[in-house]
Amino acid sequence: MTDATQGPPRGAGALEKREARLAFILLAPTFAIVALVVALPLIMNFWISVKPVMLADLRPAEATINERVRADDTVAPGETFEIVYTLRNTSPNLPVGRAGFTDAIPAGVTLDLTDDRCALADGTLTCAVGRLEPRARERFEIVATATEAIDDPEERYEATEPAAQGRGQNALLTFNFSLENFTRVVNSPEFWSVLWTSIVYAIFGTGGALLLGLFAALLLNNAFKGRAFLRGLFLFPYVAPVIAVAYTWITLLDPNSGTLNAILMQMGAVSEPVNFLGQRTAFTFSVFGFSIDFPMALTTVIVFEAWRYFPLSFLFILARMQSINTDMYEAAEIDGATPFQQFWYLSLPQLAAILAILFLLRYIWTFNKFDDIFLLTGGAAGTRTLTVDVYEQAIGLGNIGAGAAVAVVVFVALLLFSLVFFRFTPKEG
Amino acid sequence: MSTLASSPSSGPGSAVKQRPAPGGFGLASGTTAALIAGPVFGALFMIVFGVTLALFSGEPARPQVGASALAGLAAALVLVFTGAMSAPLRRAVVAGAFFAVLMVLSLGAPFGLALTASPLWQLAGLAVLVGLTMQTLWLCLADTPAGRLRRYDFEVALIRILKGVGYIVFTVFVVLPFYVMVMTSFKSQASLLANPLDFSIDLNSDLVSSYTTLFTEFNFGTYILNSAIVSVGTVFLTLFFAVPGAYTIARLRFRGRDAFANSVLLIYMVPAIVLVLPLYAVFSQLGLRNSIVGLLIVYPATTIPVALYMLQGYFRGLPAEMEEAGLMDGLSRLGVIAKITLPLSLPALASVSLYVFMIAWNEFLFAFMFLDDPSIFTLPRGVASLNSSELPRELMMAGAVIATVPIMVIFLWLERFMVRGLAAGAVKG
Repeated sequence: MTDATQGPPRGAGALEKREARLAFILLAPTFAIVALVVALPLIMNFWISVKPVMLADLRPAEATINERVRADDTVAPGETFEIVYTLRNTSPNLPVGRAGFTDAIPAGVTLDLTDDRCALADGTLTCAVGRLEPRARERFEIVATATEAIDDPEERYEATEPAAQGRGQNALLTFNFSLENFTRVVNSPEFWSVLWTSIVYAIFGTGGALLLGLFAALLLNNAFKGRAFLRGLFLFPYVAPVIAVAYTWITLLDPNSGTLNAILMQMGAVSEPVNFLGQRTAFTFSVFGFSIDFPMALTTVIVFEAWRYFPLSFLFILARMQSINTDMYEAAEIDGATPFQQFWYLSLPQLAAILAILFLLRYIWTFNKFDDIFLLTGGAAGTRTLTVDVYEQAIGLGNIGAGAAVAVVVFVALLLFSLVFFRFTPKEG
Repeated sequence: MSTLASSPSSGPGSAVKQRPAPGGFGLASGTTAALIAGPVFGALFMIVFGVTLALFSGEPARPQVGASALAGLAAALVLVFTGAMSAPLRRAVVAGAFFAVLMVLSLGAPFGLALTASPLWQLAGLAVLVGLTMQTLWLCLADTPAGRLRRYDFEVALIRILKGVGYIVFTVFVVLPFYVMVMTSFKSQASLLANPLDFSIDLNSDLVSSYTTLFTEFNFGTYILNSAIVSVGTVFLTLFFAVPGAYTIARLRFRGRDAFANSVLLIYMVPAIVLVLPLYAVFSQLGLRNSIVGLLIVYPATTIPVALYMLQGYFRGLPAEMEEAGLMDGLSRLGVIAKITLPLSLPALASVSLYVFMIAWNEFLFAFMFLDDPSIFTLPRGVASLNSSELPRELMMAGAVIATVPIMVIFLWLERFMVRGLAAGAVKG
């Protein structure tokens, strides 16, 4: 769109055309790399999700050839011996087209070519079988008659390596579609609990980070000595590499040698070590007659999430607080509003928009988070979210199609959230 | 300036003296504030310094939290009921009350240790505990009389207490994991299992043995180099693509500009876990998977959108007149970018570069999925390879320290730019 306020004359003048061409040239590289590394894989992910492919299928199907010579140690002229070739398709579910092999036959024998799949020309044996089904094998037994005395025929004939031929299909490029991945994923007994875990993790992780961020911003809103130092310190959890802090938490929370358990035991707060990251349920409590299992590991990863990402909310909320006009507070002061009233009736409404935006964006990103839970628990003990399930299906179980199907579920959920959220997001004034 | 707590007139002393409190006792009284503040700070400081003492000295301290809470209560009550005394005398009386009650209730062993065990550490811990508790109570309650308070003054006191608790809890919450990370890397697995609370530094042992092992046997020197190459390379590639792109979106007029600018942000929301499987499949076929080049394709593609977004916002804020003057004087557009726009944008370029560097340095998922060959591991991938039950914990923590220190040094050194970058790009992470 041409921007009307900057008002070039309508219609494409030469200058305007030149500018558009320059714009195209400058944007093309960015467009290309983003299309190649983001847009294309996104589409490919949909493609993979409707194909029954395993991780092992990523290598195209190949034919392999094996040669064995069955002969005595020495063969006299006129004696016969057998050369056995085995041509195999190692792929469990893809055929190999135009399969066959060639092998150079050293001098000193005549071959008895009764097998009509094979032919000999210029000392090279060529055999072709056409299509080789998955896991199929073809055997070729070729009888050779020695024309001279041969010492150790095995060594002589196996020394020339046979070469297998054949065009294997790439599992990803077939037009073989099915919804099997999706039915398998959705019908698995764990799917709904995994989805639920993702949502709970995202809501409480985001909410926790936001609350901590709000509290931290309130602490540092007034100028005092050491504020800059504390602000830097509060950003540490986010700036450090996720793998370093995740492993540190594992060390800290370890039931046997962890510092936190040792502190709690020393204080007499717990009588035996708590397995923070390895325990699905720590205890059961009841509310209004419902008994609820307290999800220990899930709570721990949520606390970690809040710890690691509160700095972001903190930065945003602090920036917004610093920009609030102080006249309002002076007026409220004169009218006798107490500090809590000032916070509740003046500050909070001013912060509502930024809090809502932060919650929505961070909710989406927490929902997409993979590293944290993967590193802390690997998805064990009731902490498996959809993103960890993508990895588990694709790499852990080797079913890349099912993994891609879960990734599609993640993506669709993300789209739904975005649609709902951006509809109701307040506009920052 | 202020959203919570201290209004301009409510520094210690002034608010209360201006508005004499009504007589009698009620819920909103100085006594109530003392009843809250005393036990809370007494217990909190005892936990913090008791545990610190245990960690520093290696003694099996058992902090007497209950005794300290009651001592804090006594001190706080003394404080609110001695408003008429002179300040130094009042401080001495408060500290004395705390010390006396603490010693009596804990039977002379406030940290649960015999007096002969590390007496210097105990003495220092006790001095800090008494001093800080007295000072904190003083800051919270010095101008709060025992009797009934106006709601305003009561809330001021309450907020001071809340903030005091906030500073302590937040600092401990943020610092504890990093402290454990560093100290564990200096210890040995055996001594940690024997006493997980003993983080005392034994100068006679080889403190840096874990680090020497990592650099001599685990190639961490190479990992640092690889990480540096990947991160710096990502920064340059990102800027190379994003600067012209951002300038185009900010300044040039062409059809589809707004659509392009918005789609950049949408791409930014696509989660990495959805992209990783297709990229894994394609890069495996192309031989790019297990290579630095592969990472140098993926990382910039994920950082270009955010860099583009941050930079175009900055470019828009620059005065267009200077660029127009440059054009009039015969510079080409590219000349304008190089000679006018970029020199003016150095702060923004620094922020973007640091943010991108941090993302690339900390990136885990792609490095973990793509790299198999230890000679091209990046630091996060290298640290991940230390997570094995056969390797001692302190190696893992030393690896975490090695991965964390460079990014922390850069962060502290260039915090100004880094914070701006975080604030601009921080919706994702």
